[in-house]
Amino acid sequence: MDMRVNIAGVEWKNPVTVASGTFGSGAEFADYVDLNCLGAVTTKGVANIPWPGNPTPRVAETYGGMMNAVGLQNPGIDVFCERDIPFLRQYDTKIIVNVCGKSEEDYCEVVERLADEDVDMLEINISCPNVKEGGIAFGQNPKAAEDITKAVKKYAKQPVIMKLSPNVTSIAEMAKAVEAGGADAVSLINTITGMKIDINRRTFVLANRTGGVSGPAIHPIAVRMVYEAANAVKIPVIGMGGIAKAEDAIEMLLAGASAVSVGTANFHDPGVTMEIVDGIAQYMEQQGFGKVADMVGIVK
Amino acid sequence: MAKKKENAQVISQEMLAPDIYSMWIRTEAAYEAKPGQFISMYTNDGSKLLPRPISICEIDSAEGRLRVVYRVTGKDTGTEGFSKMKAGDTIPLIGPLGNGFPYEKAEGKKVFLMGGGIGVPPILELAKQIKCGKKQIIAGYRDSQTFLRNEFEQNGELYISTEDGSVGTKGNVLDAVRENALEADMIYACGPTPMLRAIKAYAQEKGIECYISLEERMACGIGACLACVCRSKEKDHHSNVHNKRICKDGPVFLSTEVEI
Repeated sequence: MDMRVNIAGVEWKNPVTVASGTFGSGAEFADYVDLNCLGAVTTKGVANIPWPGNPTPRVAETYGGMMNAVGLQNPGIDVFCERDIPFLRQYDTKIIVNVCGKSEEDYCEVVERLADEDVDMLEINISCPNVKEGGIAFGQNPKAAEDITKAVKKYAKQPVIMKLSPNVTSIAEMAKAVEAGGADAVSLINTITGMKIDINRRTFVLANRTGGVSGPAIHPIAVRMVYEAANAVKIPVIGMGGIAKAEDAIEMLLAGASAVSVGTANFHDPGVTMEIVDGIAQYMEQQGFGKVADMVGIVK
Repeated sequence: MAKKKENAQVISQEMLAPDIYSMWIRTEAAYEAKPGQFISMYTNDGSKLLPRPISICEIDSAEGRLRVVYRVTGKDTGTEGFSKMKAGDTIPLIGPLGNGFPYEKAEGKKVFLMGGGIGVPPILELAKQIKCGKKQIIAGYRDSQTFLRNEFEQNGELYISTEDGSVGTKGNVLDAVRENALEADMIYACGPTPMLRAIKAYAQEKGIECYISLEERMACGIGACLACVCRSKEKDHHSNVHNKRICKDGPVFLSTEVEI
């Protein structure tokens, strides 16, 4: 049985990575996860300069999930390159760097800076609902998404994954737009914008008022969107959204994802990714799948 | 990779005061735990995903047991779920987490150990382990429900403040300090932010070295998600901005290094 997957020319040892922002830069989870067991580590979003993020409270629990408005706090690309890339390179796993920015220039500056760094793929975050400028502004308009994809592709030396927002009317249209812009892959879904109110204090629970909802409660929405995107484009889809166990990951693969990311579940069990890798392998053996690609998108 | 989520076992549970519960747990975490650290406890309810960070009240490393004293925060909350657990029940957790109190710095000094509300419990193990010149414990409560009072009396000089004046000094822990004309050259404190803010100001005014244990909503508890940050005076080495992670860099901070 072959667990390897090929995502835009990069071979992962298995189809499991982590959702950006839920796993730090890998080091924070290294006590709980053998990083060698992951197909890839997707890092917390990094910008051209350090970002302080939003005021607290930044997270809240919701029924079967959570919401966050961390606001892409990050140490900036310089510290990231000096500290986080060498750390991850000690492990036998692929490195996907999530890139965030407030303007086209910001994104391109980070992508250009990473061009000669030893990383395997770039994931461009055009879907963060928790920052005022940039982020989702590029992710809700097909033309803007296509343009930003074209712009970063000019500087990128690694394959580019565009991370899409579910807060759109047609996910298929967004996926097609970034494909037209030259994206090598798409990943989805980012969090769904939500709001929670404290009825006793009569105020918003999160300091940012709104936040991104994630976790098992939104998994069926993610499966539907992965299915729609995968049927709209030829480039690979990385599926995420509420994956908490192997069965959820397998659903994504059957819906059309070539690989999957585990996010919020890392907070419920820091070692869950390793169980998901094992669970997919068991399923493949039981069901007689020789390789992961044989499962991808077979539910039509 | 050496750590993992553990299925710990409840040994006993009792109610100490309305909404305040005490639970002894058999857990691997007991072997490494230090005063001021916390454990992240998970509910067995699939609709509640995030761990609840709960401070450690007592450590029995010989028997592999920890005591947590916690507040039930409302109806249908995770902490209410914990309060219904009985001896033999399984409680998933990770830990010990966080840095703990630097109690070895207290040697030979006159010390205040200050706890307020649900910040009182972690002061108990600190009081048991700390070796100092003069050990003055100041516990602040809302009312006459002075949980853990007996244990504190056995481990130091105890002063109590209550908001309603029913026991000890009426007011807060600093009112008790003033009323009893207490003095210190080292402070360790845990409690609500307004109390810690006042203690930080008091320590600054008197030039006393002061360590405070902070609280914030957390998701991961291990330094990855950046939910539980507090503003730091200097640029933090990890975040490269003026933010420190309460779960990982704290929860205990030198009062002058954080802005609260």
